[in-house]
Amino acid sequence: MLGFHVVKRSKDAMPWWNAWLIRLGSILIGALVCALVTVLLTGKDPVNVFTTMVDGAFGSERRIWALLQGIAMLLCVSIAVTPAFKMRFWNIGAEGQALMGGLASAACMMFIGDRLPNWLMLIVMAVTSMLAGAIWGVIPALFKARWNTNETLFTLMMNYIAIQIVSYFICIYATGGSGKIDVLNATTHTGWMPSIGGKAYLLNVIVVLILTVIMYVYLKYSKQGYEIAVVGESENTAKYIGIDVRKVIIRTMIISGLLCGLAGFLLVSGADHTISRDTIAGRGFTAIMVSWLAKFNPLVMILTSFLLVFFEKGSSQVSQLCGLNASFSDIITGIIIFFIIGSEFFINFKIMKNEKEVKKS
Amino acid sequence: MKRILAVVLALVMVLGLAACTKTPAKTGTNDAALKVGLICLHDENSTYDKNFIDAFKEACEKAGLVEGESYFITTNIPEGAECKEAALDFVDQGCTLVFADSFGHEPYLIEAAKECPDVQFCHATGTKAHTENLANFHDAFASIYEGRYLAGVAAGLKLNEMIEAGDIKADAAKIGYIGAYPYAEVKSGYTSFFLGARSVCESATMEVTFTNSWYDETLEKEGAQKLVADGCVLISQHADSYGAPTACEEAGVPNVSYNGSTEAQCPDTFIVSSRINWEPYFTLCINAVKDGKDIPTDYIGTIDTGSVVLTDLGKNAPAKGTADKLAEVKAGLIDGSIKVFDTANFTVTRFNDTYNQYKKDSIKTDKDGKVTEYLADVDDAGDYIGETNVIIDGIFVESGSDMRSAPYFDLDIDGITFAK
Repeated sequence: MLGFHVVKRSKDAMPWWNAWLIRLGSILIGALVCALVTVLLTGKDPVNVFTTMVDGAFGSERRIWALLQGIAMLLCVSIAVTPAFKMRFWNIGAEGQALMGGLASAACMMFIGDRLPNWLMLIVMAVTSMLAGAIWGVIPALFKARWNTNETLFTLMMNYIAIQIVSYFICIYATGGSGKIDVLNATTHTGWMPSIGGKAYLLNVIVVLILTVIMYVYLKYSKQGYEIAVVGESENTAKYIGIDVRKVIIRTMIISGLLCGLAGFLLVSGADHTISRDTIAGRGFTAIMVSWLAKFNPLVMILTSFLLVFFEKGSSQVSQLCGLNASFSDIITGIIIFFIIGSEFFINFKIMKNEKEVKKS
Repeated sequence: MKRILAVVLALVMVLGLAACTKTPAKTGTNDAALKVGLICLHDENSTYDKNFIDAFKEACEKAGLVEGESYFITTNIPEGAECKEAALDFVDQGCTLVFADSFGHEPYLIEAAKECPDVQFCHATGTKAHTENLANFHDAFASIYEGRYLAGVAAGLKLNEMIEAGDIKADAAKIGYIGAYPYAEVKSGYTSFFLGARSVCESATMEVTFTNSWYDETLEKEGAQKLVADGCVLISQHADSYGAPTACEEAGVPNVSYNGSTEAQCPDTFIVSSRINWEPYFTLCINAVKDGKDIPTDYIGTIDTGSVVLTDLGKNAPAKGTADKLAEVKAGLIDGSIKVFDTANFTVTRFNDTYNQYKKDSIKTDKDGKVTEYLADVDDAGDYIGETNVIIDGIFVESGSDMRSAPYFDLDIDGITFAK
């Protein structure tokens, strides 16, 4: 017999600061394990590796801006998937929804050209992108509401369709066969997000920050946010108290899709200025982790997306300076996330010593 | 309260970490020692990037540079704004010479070049340097079609051996080719390979399939399997994973590789591989920056400069006498007696949907289908319309330092078909 057993902690039994201490502790232990792995596998000085990591993320003004842009883009997609997740609607299709948004932005840049003033152009792009994302998001919701299809598979498959659609348009437009659409409006900069005070990414960061606060308020204080929470907790309860579950599902997925589309717009207009199959770069999937780790709290997502982007930027600097393969960054990130998720176990459960050994007869 | 604490904690972490970076600020970097950086699309698991990384290290170490101190390699940089960030980050670290290795990096490297006129930016496989008119932005490529042609000769000899041994009939000498994109660089590659094979094995034909990706191990492997099922008796590829060679080894079909030897992975089927050796170009650029000299706007390495090389022949697969024949053809390519894209050697007669569809208006052929004039899209202005005649003295000039370094040969010649 084991000498202990696991008991679920009753809600609010643990003071809030205690939970955060556990989380902080787990990150520290994770960091220690990372250091150990680094020494054992590479023989490098772990302190040096960590300072290199910090240097890679914060080492210059440019790196801090790249870090902020990375956080903003990941956060934007995370905010987008959150209402759906809170409703227990597994929207695995953020990648495709954002990609469709990006495609819409790129199409505007291509075909409207410089016929509109840039501010109007940006609004048109944002609106079409959000619509494209919403359409891509609402299709699985309609099927779910009407025929109760499995939204996880449905949204996942929609990603591949979106990728194929983008490939198709790239083939149509780039007839040279290179599989690349050149940077759009490279001379006129029409449809490019303007830089503020020479900071190319400042506007992106501001937009996403505002969005985060709005989403926090929406989920926590609005009636619709409450409906989402109830549908997520129990569909039957929702029905019982008179919530139109279908309506909530469809409405929430439209919101989720709109925001994914906006992320696509920000990536195309604010960073890449073109569209490719890799424009979203897997953020649609990483966002799931960001949202879950933050327990669907938009403000905490600032922290979780920071963590992920910090490790990404930091360890890419480590692999550059210490001559390690880029997979090293994945290993380090994996270890840290393992510990963060593990810490949730100790927050939700407590380990009790068995009071008396039960004798087997 | 909890929420507020979370935010405060986040801020403390960000600011705290930001604060401690200020202390180990860069010191001692004010000496004017040369620093160079290389931006790679993937890492060394891609044969394409490995080829760059190895050559870069060789060139840097020759020049006495040290990794992590005076030369830097950053991998897995996507073809987006990240490339510009990576390039400018190299500049922040004191680099005065920055390379990028992937086609899609070019527009972002150009943006970086515009911001930093004192730093030299060199881009492999790009098409825009000759029209951008930036003093500090340069394109480079190599006449890899010569290497492909040589590898094709080795393939043709193998086909001849199979015909003589009675393994296949002469009219079944079909080559399979896995290409990345239906793009000029790839088309020039498989066409020269095919012309090399046909120069020694007259009955050779070729079937091409595209993966629409530069690196997709599964698609490349499946492509090879599909071609073998279609009756191809020899496979080559222009894509960057080990997918095709491994599929060949499993099926026992001889393979002509690219980017480097696959002898270790495929000992029974590896014939030979052609590759671009970027070391001469890297060395040229490093020396130019050291000596304050100009880097050519468009640089084309050749067999003669050591930029186009063949690996050692495989131990088991190549036909007898391959080494001697290759030496002979190589000498011919160097002295100019053999021209790969001599219009006398190929015909273009198909103009339907799949073949040469967009080129009807820009090509002129004689009654046999031999090309007499062809307007290629050399300027790459985004219009995809040809504007420069590239048939000079009966030769299709595949690339030229007075035109551009990247290939623009994009004809579909007779004898090559596409897989369905």
